[in-house]
Amino acid sequence: MITTDGVTKRHGRTLAVDGVSVDIGPGLTAIIGPNGAGKSTLLACIGRLVRLDGGTVLVDGLDVTATSTRVLATRLAVLRQENHVPIRLSVADLVAFGRFPHGGARTADDRAIVDDAVAMLGLDSVRDRFIDELSGGQRQRAFVAMALAQSTDVLLLDEPLNNLDPRYAVDLMRLLGGLAAERGMTIVIVLHDIAVAARHADRIVAMKDGRVAREGSVDEVITAEFLGALYETQVAVEVLGGRRVVLWG
Amino acid sequence: MSRASVWTIAGVALVAALAVVSVLIGVAELDGFVLVASRIPRTVALILAGVAMAVTGLIMQLVTRNRFVEPSTTGATDAASLALLAVLVVDPAMPIAVKAIAAVLGALVGVVGFLGLARRIPVRSSVLVPVVGLMYAGMIGALTTFIAQRQDLLQELLAWGVGDFSGIVRGRYEMLYLAAAAALIAWIAADRFTVIGLGEDAARGLGLDPRLTLALGVVIIAVVTGVMSVTTGILPFLGLIVPNIVSRFVGDGMRRAVPIVALLGAAVVLACDIIGRLVRFPVEIPISVVMGVLGGAVFLVILLGPSSRRTEDA
Amino acid sequence: MPERAPRATPVRHALSHPAARIAMLGIAAAAAIALFLLLDLPGRADYALGLRWRTVTGMLVVAIAVGASTVLLQTVTANRILTPGIMGFDAIFMTIQVTGVLVIGPRLLLGTSPTVLWGIELVLMAGIVVLLYWWLFIKRRLDLHLIVLVGLVIGTMLRAVTTFLQRLLDPDAFAVVQNLVFASFTAIDRDLLLPTGVLVVAAGVSIVPILRSLDALALGRSTAIGLGVAHRRVVMHAVVAIAVMVAASTALVGPVLFFGLLVANAAYSLVGHRHAASIPAAALIGAIVLIGGQTVLARGLGFATELPVVIEFLGGALFILLVLTGRTR
Repeated sequence: MITTDGVTKRHGRTLAVDGVSVDIGPGLTAIIGPNGAGKSTLLACIGRLVRLDGGTVLVDGLDVTATSTRVLATRLAVLRQENHVPIRLSVADLVAFGRFPHGGARTADDRAIVDDAVAMLGLDSVRDRFIDELSGGQRQRAFVAMALAQSTDVLLLDEPLNNLDPRYAVDLMRLLGGLAAERGMTIVIVLHDIAVAARHADRIVAMKDGRVAREGSVDEVITAEFLGALYETQVAVEVLGGRRVVLWG
Repeated sequence: MSRASVWTIAGVALVAALAVVSVLIGVAELDGFVLVASRIPRTVALILAGVAMAVTGLIMQLVTRNRFVEPSTTGATDAASLALLAVLVVDPAMPIAVKAIAAVLGALVGVVGFLGLARRIPVRSSVLVPVVGLMYAGMIGALTTFIAQRQDLLQELLAWGVGDFSGIVRGRYEMLYLAAAAALIAWIAADRFTVIGLGEDAARGLGLDPRLTLALGVVIIAVVTGVMSVTTGILPFLGLIVPNIVSRFVGDGMRRAVPIVALLGAAVVLACDIIGRLVRFPVEIPISVVMGVLGGAVFLVILLGPSSRRTEDA
Repeated sequence: MPERAPRATPVRHALSHPAARIAMLGIAAAAAIALFLLLDLPGRADYALGLRWRTVTGMLVVAIAVGASTVLLQTVTANRILTPGIMGFDAIFMTIQVTGVLVIGPRLLLGTSPTVLWGIELVLMAGIVVLLYWWLFIKRRLDLHLIVLVGLVIGTMLRAVTTFLQRLLDPDAFAVVQNLVFASFTAIDRDLLLPTGVLVVAAGVSIVPILRSLDALALGRSTAIGLGVAHRRVVMHAVVAIAVMVAASTALVGPVLFFGLLVANAAYSLVGHRHAASIPAAALIGAIVLIGGQTVLARGLGFATELPVVIEFLGGALFILLVLTGRTR
C-alpha cells in the first residue's frame, strides 16, 4: 500500500511533481499522461530515488525518507529505464543481486527464488550469458527479473515495455497482472501506451503538468472526453470484443 | 569446474612460476643472504604491488562506471606526487611514514576531484571520461613539475615517480602489505562495489547507500596509490588493462573477478619486471618504462580491437 | 558547438557584429604589441627593440598556431574542452627531440643548424601523425573521441619512454632537454622563427577554402555529408593542419596544453562559431593574452618567466569550469 501526500519535486525552476496526493493499493496500477507530466518523477519519488521537495510518501506504513534504505529495499523494488552501459555480469548473477537486500543469494531458498525469477521472464536459455551481449529486450527482462527476485510487496516499473517485442510485452504484462492478483502485490507501472494500460491495469492514475488529472478504474479514466482533454487531441474510445480500443486523430 | 575456478588455478600456477624466476634472476651471487635481504623481498613486493594496483583499477572502473579509468590516468597518482613534493620541499628528511600519509591524502583529494568532474560528463560519452581524467592528471602533473623545477627537485621527483623495484630490499617495502590489505577489504566488500557498478538508481533500489560505498572505494584507491607512490613508484596502465582483460572472460562481478584480477596483476608485474631485468642484462630498465610501453600497447589493442566504435555522429 | 542560430533580429547593435568585434580585437592586439615594444625601453633602444620584436613575432606565430589548431580540433571532435596538446602530438615531438639529443649528443646538436634539425623533426612528426590518423580515421573509421583517447595513450607511452631516457642523460644533456621540455616564451630561437612563421601562415591559408565546410561539420557527420561536405577529406585536412601548427608552436616555445582551450572558448563567446570569425578571433585573443600578459608580468610585476604557467593555470581552471557546468559540447 502506497500513500502519497502533497508530494512535490522541482527540476530547476519547474515543478515536475506538484502536490500529488494519491493512494495506491494492491493490484496493477498504471500511470499515464503526456510527456513532461511528471510520471517518471513521481515514481522516482515513491521509490525514494530522489529527494522530495515537499510532502510525504508512505510505503506499507514506512516513511521513505526516514526509513533505512536497506529495509525499504525489502519492501519495495524499483526499476527505472535501463542503463545503457550495464556492467558485465551474467544474467544469473544479475538476477541474484535481487537478493542483496536480504543478505545475498546464499541459501537454497535464495537460489530457488532467483531461478524462479529467471524462469518467469523466459531467460533460462541465456542465464549464463553476459548481459552486455544480449539484445535490449533480453536485458530489460533480466532487470525485471532482478526486481522480482527482491521478493517485495511493492514493485515500481518505469516504462518497462520500451524495448520489448510485442510477444514479450504481452507476456510481461500478463505476468505482472498475475503477480498482483495471486500474491497481492502493489505494482505501479508508468506506461506510454494507453491501450496496454486499458487492457491490463486495475486502476489508472492520469497525470498532467505535475498533478493528478484523474484517478480511478479503466472505465472512469479511459474515456474519449477525458483523454482528449489530457492529451489535447482528437480521440475516440470504442469497445471491441469486450476491450477498450483507443483511436487517435 | 567453473570457468572462474580454472582461471584461478591457472593464475596461481603462473604467479608461482614467475615468482620463482624472479627470485633466481639477478647480478649478485645467489646465497642465503641475498635471497632473504633482496630477492625475496623484491618478489614479494612485486606481487603485492600487482595485486593492489590491479584490484584498485577494478574498483575505480566500477565506481565510475567506465572501463578506461585507473589511478594513474585520472590524477590520483599525480596528486600523490604533488603531496610528496610538498613534503620534500618542507623537509626531505621526513620519515617515510610521513611521506606516505601525505601521498595518501594527496591521492584522496585527487580522486575526489576527479570523481566530481566525472559525474558531470554526460553518460553517453564514455570515452570522454578518461580523456577528461588525463587532462586533469596533466594539469596536476604540470603544476607539480613546475614547482619541482623551481625548487630544483625535479630529478629527485622523477626518481620517486618512476616505478622501480630495484631499490627494494628488506625493510623498504613492508608498507605494501598495507596496500594489499586494502585490496583485501575491497574483496570483502565486493558485492557492494558490483551493485554500485549497476548504477546509482539500481544501487538505491537494492538498498545500498551509494555514498558510503563510494567513500570506501575512494579510501581504498587513495591508500593504495599513496603507498605505492612512496615505496615503488607508479606502474602505469596496470589497473586499466588487467580488469579489462579479466572482464572479457569472467565479467565484472567483483566477488568472482577479484582473485583472478589479483593474480593476473601479480603475473603482469612479475613478468614486466623480469623483462626489465633481462633485456639489457645486467642493466635494469625500470618497470614503469616496460609497463608504460607494453601496457600502453595492450591498452591500444583493447581500444582498437574488434569491438571498437565505428564513426558516429558527433 | 552552436547552441542557437545567429540572432535574426534585423537591427543589431553595430558592435556585436563579429567583424566589428574582430576589428576591436585587432586594435587591442596592436596596442598590446606597441606597449610591449615601447614600454620601459632601456638605453640601448635598438638592440632591445630587436630582441623584443623577435619575441613579439614568435608570440604572434604561437598565438595563430595554437588558436587555429584548437578551434579546428574542437570542430572536428564536436567538443569544447579538447586541445591539440592532448592528442599526443607534443609527446611525439618530444620523443623525437629527446631521442635526437641522446643519439646525436648535445654538443653536435647545438652545433647543427637549428633550422635543419627542426625541419627534420617536423617532417618526421608530420609524417608519423598523418600516417597514424589516416589509419585510425580513414581506414578504421573510428569514432573521433576514441582517436583522441588513442592519441592520449600514445602520448603517455611516449612520455614514459622519454622520462626514462631523461634519466640516462648526464646533467648537461639534461639541461638541454629541459629547455625543450618546458614552454618559455622568452627564449625564442631566431633561426626557427622564419620557417615556423611561414609554415603556420601556410597552414592557416590552406584551410581558408574549407572554412564553410567546417561550419557545416558542426551539424554532425550525417548532416554535413547530406549537405555535400567531403567529410573525410575535410577532417584529414584539418588534422594535418593541426599537426603542422602544433609542431611549429612546440618547436618555438615548447608544449602548451590549456592555452588553446582558453583562447578558443573566449573566441566563441565573442564572435560565435563561424570559423571565418572564430579562427582569427582566437589568434588575436591569443596574441593579446601572450603579449599583453608578458608585458604585465615582465614590466609590471617583474616575473619574466611565469607567463606560460599563469596561462596554463587559467586555462586549466577554465577546463574544470566547463566540465563542471556541463558545457562540454
